Amino acid sequence: MAEARPKRDFTDLAPWIYTITLFALWEAASRGLSLPVYILPAPSVVAQSIVDYWPAIWKNSLQTLYTTLVGFALAVAGGLALGLLVGWSRFIYKGLYPLMIGFNAVPKVAVVPILVIWFGIGTVPAILTAFLIAFFPIVVNVATGLATIEPEMEDVLRALGAKKLDIMLKVGIPRSMPYFFGSLKIAITLAFVGSVISETVAANSGLGHMMLAAQSQFNVPLVFAGLVMLAIEGIVMYALMAWLEMRMTGWAHRSGMNRQ
Amino acid sequence: MTNPSAVPMVGIENVDMRYGGAEGTLAVSGLTMAVKKGEFAAVVGPSGCGKSTLMKLVTGLYIPQTGTVSVAGERVTEPVSIVGMAFQNPTMLPWRTTLDNILLPLEIVEKHRGRIRTHRKEYAEKAEHLLETVGLKGFGSKYPWQLSGGMQQRASLCRALIHEPDLLMLDEPFGALDAFTREELWCVIRDLHFSTDVTVVLVTHDLREAVFLADRIFVMSARPGKIITEREVHFPRPRDLEIMFEAEFTDVVHDLRGHIATARAQQAEAV
Ligand SMILES: Nc1ncnc2c1ncn2[C@@H]1O[C@H](COP(=O)(O)OP(=O)(O)OP(=O)(O)O)[C@@H](O)[C@H]1O
Ligand SMILES: [Mg+2]
Repeated sequence: MAEARPKRDFTDLAPWIYTITLFALWEAASRGLSLPVYILPAPSVVAQSIVDYWPAIWKNSLQTLYTTLVGFALAVAGGLALGLLVGWSRFIYKGLYPLMIGFNAVPKVAVVPILVIWFGIGTVPAILTAFLIAFFPIVVNVATGLATIEPEMEDVLRALGAKKLDIMLKVGIPRSMPYFFGSLKIAITLAFVGSVISETVAANSGLGHMMLAAQSQFNVPLVFAGLVMLAIEGIVMYALMAWLEMRMTGWAHRSGMNRQ
Repeated sequence: MTNPSAVPMVGIENVDMRYGGAEGTLAVSGLTMAVKKGEFAAVVGPSGCGKSTLMKLVTGLYIPQTGTVSVAGERVTEPVSIVGMAFQNPTMLPWRTTLDNILLPLEIVEKHRGRIRTHRKEYAEKAEHLLETVGLKGFGSKYPWQLSGGMQQRASLCRALIHEPDLLMLDEPFGALDAFTREELWCVIRDLHFSTDVTVVLVTHDLREAVFLADRIFVMSARPGKIITEREVHFPRPRDLEIMFEAEFTDVVHDLRGHIATARAQQAEAV
């Protein structure tokens, strides 16, 4: 869409303006109030810490990104499959619904000890925690997309002799795709939550582990450095998912399907 | 076997249809009607009397508890694919272009689904031709959400017609349109019916629409619906929109209005 822009629009710059302002205020506050570095280190101190500890930070960032992405990939595959299954039949939906609610209600941090008993400390529990926490929104969204097919559309097809599979393939699955891609943004964010929780509780590497170790040594700038790296990874992955959503199901935005 | 031309295109005999089990809503009761081959039939009646139910019975989406429904002499026990349907809501799929939406029935109907891949070009040409007849020439590549409501409704008519159904079922397809677009589409349907031997059943709230288009008008009672009056309309074809201003036309409309008023009054008494 080529819109005529008569004068320079600052809206595109707004995210940068706000971010820079936030860091500037933070810097000013910690200097002006001369807060001790173990309470709130200034951004400049945190940046210095990132430089100083870069090899460790880089290694642990990659580890966290790896466990998160593997868990996320499993959640996408599993969530899509279960979502389609749940949306397919009311019987499966009715039967699984309470189970899924109960499962989702359990705080995932409580599951980590069990995962450690089964798989030991390390990468596997982190991947599985990320998977468990990211899985649910995908299932719910895919199932919702399937369950909200307009009855009239179904009638048009059924009257032509369409079988359940036809309706799913022609209407249900394409229709649930915007819901699916929309849920990826939430799922990737949650996957980070899952992997970091698990790394904090039971791991020898990853940003969660690094931050816990830094905290026990009162290395507060390094704790914040870990936070910043998590934020960066989270934003990048979120942006990637948002881009993917736009690419794959732009029609849903333009047609206003999700705005109803 | 009797004379085939005597077999009605749509035959409904003594049909009861109840939704949702024994305690559910009795939508139609003792419904009996027949529509001849090639005829244009209209069904009018008070809101909620079971007109849409009637459509779904004929297309085989629902099977009645008692009585029989037959299409082209065959008893309806499952959806019949010789029927094309269009509703008040155009229900186009937003991720398909208008052309692909129109081709959708061909991907379903048994007769065509094996051929659509290999003969796509030929079918697309047919769809383009249909688009032209409804005044949407060149809009096939647009997405439905790029079309106005009236244009979407025209496209949904094309979709109902693409597999050359013998029977076209229209459930208030013009209800949501403005008066001018509606009259334009009346003419489209009129010409379509005139130039082919398709049988049409049109459900409508608009009595003028019914009288202008139909050869035969069925008036339904309030729920549970049954046919209380059936009348033939003898204006010669092809009909011009001008006939709506003739006294004879107005008389028929008034007469129908009277029947519906009575049906609604009886409903009010019953409540
Ligand atoms: N799927 C359904 N389940 C239960 N009851 C239904 C269902 N569909 C329709 N009904 C009931 O059957 C009756 C007839 O409905 P129907 O949709 O056939 O009416 P209608 O004549 O088409 O009404 P309108 O003119 O408002 O479109 C109504 O009382 C309605 O509540
Ligand atoms: Mg209706």
